[in-house]
Amino acid sequence: MDTVLPLIFMAVMGLAMLLYVILDGYDLGVGILLPFAPEEHKDMMVASIGPFWDANETWLVLGVGIMLVAFPAAHSLVLSELYLPVAVMLLGLMVRGVSFDFRTKANDKHKPRWNNAFTLGSLVTGMSQGWMLGAYVSGFRDDWWTWAFNGAIALTVPAAYVVLGAGWLIMKAEGELHDRAIVWARKAILPFMFGIAAVSIATPLISETIFNKWFQLPGLFALLPIPLITVAAFATLWHVTGKKSIIDAGYGWVVFAATVLILILATLGLAYSIYPYVVIDRLNVWEAASATSSLLILLVGLLITLPAIIGYTIFAYRIFWGKATELTYGS
Amino acid sequence: MNETALILARMQFAANITFHILFPTITIALGWILFYFRMRFKATRDESWEEAYYFWTKVFALTFALGVVSGITMSFQFGTNWPGFMEKAGNIAGPLLGYEVLTAFFLEATFLGVMLFGRGRVSERTHLIATFLVAFGTTMSAFWIISLNSWMQTPVGFEIVNGKIMATDWLAIVFNPSFPYRFTHMMLGSGLTASFVVAGVSAWQVLKKVDSKATHRALKTALFAAAFLIPIQILVGDLQGSNTLKYQPAKIAAIEGVWNTEKGAPIVLFGWPDKETKSNLYSIEIPKIASLILTHDLNGEVKGLNEFEGKHPPVAPVFWAFRIMVGTGMAMLAVSWLGVFLLRKRTVNTLPRMYLKGLAVMTFAGWVATVAGWYVTEIGRQPYIIYGVLTAAETASKHASAMIGLTLTAYVALYLFLLISYVFVVKSLSEKATRGQPPKLPTAPARKAASVVGAAGD
Repeated sequence: MDTVLPLIFMAVMGLAMLLYVILDGYDLGVGILLPFAPEEHKDMMVASIGPFWDANETWLVLGVGIMLVAFPAAHSLVLSELYLPVAVMLLGLMVRGVSFDFRTKANDKHKPRWNNAFTLGSLVTGMSQGWMLGAYVSGFRDDWWTWAFNGAIALTVPAAYVVLGAGWLIMKAEGELHDRAIVWARKAILPFMFGIAAVSIATPLISETIFNKWFQLPGLFALLPIPLITVAAFATLWHVTGKKSIIDAGYGWVVFAATVLILILATLGLAYSIYPYVVIDRLNVWEAASATSSLLILLVGLLITLPAIIGYTIFAYRIFWGKATELTYGS
Repeated sequence: MNETALILARMQFAANITFHILFPTITIALGWILFYFRMRFKATRDESWEEAYYFWTKVFALTFALGVVSGITMSFQFGTNWPGFMEKAGNIAGPLLGYEVLTAFFLEATFLGVMLFGRGRVSERTHLIATFLVAFGTTMSAFWIISLNSWMQTPVGFEIVNGKIMATDWLAIVFNPSFPYRFTHMMLGSGLTASFVVAGVSAWQVLKKVDSKATHRALKTALFAAAFLIPIQILVGDLQGSNTLKYQPAKIAAIEGVWNTEKGAPIVLFGWPDKETKSNLYSIEIPKIASLILTHDLNGEVKGLNEFEGKHPPVAPVFWAFRIMVGTGMAMLAVSWLGVFLLRKRTVNTLPRMYLKGLAVMTFAGWVATVAGWYVTEIGRQPYIIYGVLTAAETASKHASAMIGLTLTAYVALYLFLLISYVFVVKSLSEKATRGQPPKLPTAPARKAASVVGAAGD
């Protein structure tokens, strides 16, 4: 039990973080795309994420919550190292979340300002998350190379969110907005790909531990599907966004699905790289874990509530299935 | 530990938690008020109830969003500001916070989406259930977080192994000695806060002549709720005081400004607690009343601050915050009872303008009382973070003062901006002509897509 429990929590934490990136990723992406849309499409874009953004954000709270609960030592270490980017992200999340509501409820003449705040908040959130990912992967080192690396990822994560957001809009929007979304997705694919490649190449170079894990025979062959499928998914993305006929034939969802697949593979790759550490080369899963009794009491809660949460989340998505309509309740 | 950094870290956390509590304290009870409006509509089919529901749904959504974003900030600040707290008490605080996320956060956030945007896509019954689940979720959230806070005030059910706090009895931890009082007190506080928001905004609408039957219904509901809750709150507050006397006598000594243990202690109505002379300057006192309130005996002994040398909280803030809370409560009692009295012979429309203005001024009175009350209980716990077990200084992070100062400034600037925006948006929303309109029904294809779910929900 002492060996397995921390691993279970590591897996649930990873799942929560992955779900966060996918789910809040698309609404942050829509937020970043907002200024590129003409005025008449903006309400529709926001409406498409309206019923979901709040619950999507909660996966981040669960991820950080599990880190706090199951790995308190890691929580203190990671959040202390990331003090400044965390503060920046929180400010971004706050601005994004409230602008969402303020933009329709405030005086009409202030609406453009809240739209800008919405975009700024989304962008700042994505960038600071990218910076944190970079700092985490590189083991919180303080030198110019690491900062350049972190900076590159800070630009990549918003690009990934944009592809997700555009993929979401392809599914949820019709007409002109739908067509615009295809163009947006295509433009963001290259930076997204560059970022994934950069992390994949840099991670083994930064840490010898990680290098040895990946580049070893015969293990390398077992791992090959991860990069290969990723490349195939990118090729699919590129192909589909270039051929409107495929999307018109009803395969618009492929853009979103391929992006999700890439993110899942990236998470698996990262998980393999850092295992069994929580903080690379510094703190492993078992050193960081809480007392077994505390983990057990939480496991009971997780086993009961997590299926329920996933169940009613699917229920909510089904209610708002299909093309978004002008969902207004607050004008 | 650097003294300035500790003070800054505390200011930052205090700023965040102060900002945060403003919003849940409205939404917890407003969720139930919405549920009530919805039930009334279901029972009477009177559209004014539905109009009230939709207007207050908008205010709820806005308030909820502010609560969520500031709450997320808090979940991070446990780690960034008080790493020592999580390292030492993580085994207790962790599961309680975890249960809050699992049983409350997802529930309220997910069904809020259904409640706000689901009209016409789900059946009326599913929509009512969604409204219920949102209210239930906010209440569950309060349950867990108040449980943790109460445990930090009256810690039980644990042992200390190698400097770490280990749980021995979870039931005792969750339902710790101060929990029932604190939870009830907070729920009633939320009820009063939300009631005064609803009454105040409605009064404003009447004054601005943008009122309708829905406004009158909302105002009446809120006033009667407030008038009903306030006496119970006063009683529960007194019970919590007795509980605090038993477990945290130093806090009571600070509240009452009792510097030296005495029998037949007087109640200090006003005064200036002075830590240099260890006495209250310019005080107005009524003999023996403090002993009567606390021990229910005119000559009962009240322990003074002298018994807790170096282990008692700063006196002036606790002393003053308590008087502000009680004063606001008394004003609430007077205003709500006067309203109920006036409504015996009048309708909302014919209420005196002076009275409506008074209600409008009192819109956010609940905020004053809630924040003051939390200051009493939180500052009153100092120097401890977990009463008698762990001090705040032992748990603080080692960040440079400059960094904490920088982020503190950014947070406070944003909070002030958001707070002002919130008040103005609520005001402008309340004056909008479309405020109570139900959302547009979805167009035909969307309905078709949703009909499967709608049927499933029936």
